[in-house]
Amino acid sequence: MNNSEYKQKALDKSSSGRTIEMVNKSLSRRYKAERRFRRYGQVAIIISLGFLCLLFISIISKGYPAFYQTFIQIDVFLDPDVLPKDKLSTANYPGLIKKSLSSEFPEVELRREKKQLYGMVSIGAYYQIRKMVMKNRDMIGTTQTVWVPVDDDIDMLAKGHIDRNTPELERRVKDIQLAWFDRWDKAGKIKKRFNTTFFTSGDSREPEMSGIWGAMAGSLYVLVVTLLLSFPIGVAAAVYLEEFASKSRWVDLIEVNINNLAAVPSIVFGLLGLAIFINFFGLPRSAPLVGGLVLTLMTLPIIIIASRAALQSVPPSIRQAALGVGASKMQTVFHHVFPLALPGILTGTIIGISRALGETAPLLMIGMVAFIVDVPGSFTDPSTVLPVQIYLWADSPERAFVERTSAAILVLLALLIATNFLAVLLRNRFERRW
Amino acid sequence: METNESTGQKGFQTVGETKVENPRMTCRDVNVYYGDKHAIKHVGIDIGRNQVIAMIGPSGCGKSTFIRCLNRMNDTIPRCRVTGEILLDDTNIYDRDIDVVPLRAQVGMVFQKPNPFPKSIYDNVAYGPRIHGLAQNKAELDEYVETSLKRAGLWEEVKDRLDHSGTSLSGGQQQRLCIARTIAVSPEVILMDEPCSALDPIATAKIEGLIDELRTHYTIVIVTHSMQQAARVSQRTAYFHMGDLVEVGITDKVFTNPRHKLTEDYITGRFG
Ligand SMILES: Nc1ncnc2c1ncn2[C@@H]1O[C@H](COP(=O)(O)OP(=O)(O)O)[C@@H](O)[C@H]1O
Ligand SMILES: [Mg+2]
Repeated sequence: MNNSEYKQKALDKSSSGRTIEMVNKSLSRRYKAERRFRRYGQVAIIISLGFLCLLFISIISKGYPAFYQTFIQIDVFLDPDVLPKDKLSTANYPGLIKKSLSSEFPEVELRREKKQLYGMVSIGAYYQIRKMVMKNRDMIGTTQTVWVPVDDDIDMLAKGHIDRNTPELERRVKDIQLAWFDRWDKAGKIKKRFNTTFFTSGDSREPEMSGIWGAMAGSLYVLVVTLLLSFPIGVAAAVYLEEFASKSRWVDLIEVNINNLAAVPSIVFGLLGLAIFINFFGLPRSAPLVGGLVLTLMTLPIIIIASRAALQSVPPSIRQAALGVGASKMQTVFHHVFPLALPGILTGTIIGISRALGETAPLLMIGMVAFIVDVPGSFTDPSTVLPVQIYLWADSPERAFVERTSAAILVLLALLIATNFLAVLLRNRFERRW
Repeated sequence: METNESTGQKGFQTVGETKVENPRMTCRDVNVYYGDKHAIKHVGIDIGRNQVIAMIGPSGCGKSTFIRCLNRMNDTIPRCRVTGEILLDDTNIYDRDIDVVPLRAQVGMVFQKPNPFPKSIYDNVAYGPRIHGLAQNKAELDEYVETSLKRAGLWEEVKDRLDHSGTSLSGGQQQRLCIARTIAVSPEVILMDEPCSALDPIATAKIEGLIDELRTHYTIVIVTHSMQQAARVSQRTAYFHMGDLVEVGITDKVFTNPRHKLTEDYITGRFG
């Protein structure tokens, strides 16, 4: 027989000692190839890590200053004449601060210079004083020492982003303002503090008053809608297709279409949402509800595909075991198959959701790109989302918004990393061996 | 082809005693098709009460296919079609109005690869009684678990760690756990498809001893590729060849005095 002839030949060779020689020769070649391959892999990993580091270093170095805001110390006399007890909310707070600034620099008399002096303090200071007075009415009539935020240009100056050597005309901070700033600084009245405004307020025309909380709340509402719709629908569709639907041409057709849907560019979903949810059903524009619906369309195929893969990976022997003791189809699926597939299903869902969290294009189509100052309070309030906020700020000319763009990217990245970490935790929590 | 399919006539004559007195199950003219493939051809055989019947034959001859007909596990395979009649205590299990769920409680199955659920030992055994609502309370359920594990000869080894995972047991213990899980729902018939093929000789010997004991309570159909095993555990033996049932008879007679040429070739080791 062929087989035994072959064996005989191999034996003859080995008896002459040549086989081992040849094996050794090819062995060193094999090891070399293996080492080469490993080096390729290491180089590839080093390159990608390098790019990742570059990205992080650039974003972090640009963005972290936005987490600090420059404050200035002023003494405000809470004049009872300006603050009538019955009209506290509409009183002339800017006047109070202007008066305080004027008294600090009595030599400033020109209208233009006065305007420049007043402009050094953020208009956020007016709201801060108002809030303080409304909270504690006993202060009226006293002089209070308060730290108030400075204007974004002065903030940039304090952070060293403004070059004093450029000619005055090309500089956003004038010479006289520089002088005032230096005087304040010498007196220890300039301080950098953690920028809570950035995390607690919505968008604003004034960089020092703008924050990402409005966009984060918008993202949260959108994601809640997306999750509540896409998880149950996606998982139910996957379980039905995988476990209950009899294999037919229709099921194949549906499968092909779901796979195609996952590859459709997201902006198309945005147009679809615009046409269906807004123009046909008349839902409000810019609302998280519509954003969530659009992102549901986009996330569904991802969840369905991941869930089907997770269900397929449950060994058939488990199904047989359950059916063999007389469990119904339904019991087999929900007592055994589904719990075993759950880690995979959750991972897929979180991947889909984190994609939705970073999605911009479809939301532009449904008007979530508007300038919105108020933090949304419900699913139908106009709002924006984090990536769109980043897009909006990146478009603004002010230097302070450049900083905030990077800071917002940092926050978005942190959220994405947190969701992915959650995915890992959930998977480990539910993972069981069979 | 020995079978004349156009007329549905049986061209192949099974030799030996296909009939027994007072059978538990009766198969008449059973055919199985996977799509166009005719995997089981006109098989007729009785399965006697409280006996072990062994199905032997070269691999791919349809032993697993046939045994899966007996509890309608074939229903779960797409494109698989079964014709003919299989009676369990005088009811045709392929009747339109038969519900497979109680049927599979009556005809339990143990598989080739041990397949405990990735749950505790207790939950593995208790699963059947739970879904069928056999126990009224926890104490009764405990009783079901204990009796089943005792009958499967596993009680002594696991009674102190019922809360451990079923998958943490050794292969042989896992297979006995699967047997315990099957008998927990008090079936009349137990089907075993090569239950020892994944086990070492010692575990195999344990299972074989167990099968012999179980015979007093249950009717057992066992598929095996080992003729020694068939000879050791069974009272009757059926030899399959390419979808045909070639010969059925008392085990001793089949092995010492095969009547069909194909059977003789197989047991003398000329092929298979
Ligand atoms: N699910 C299936 N689909 C199609 N053909 C199958 C399937 N299962 C088994 N067969 C075919 O049926 C024949 C009998 O298989 P099987 O019953 O598994 O044999 P055995 O258990 O005796 O080794 C084989 O030819 C096999 O290829
Ligand atoms: Mg088989």
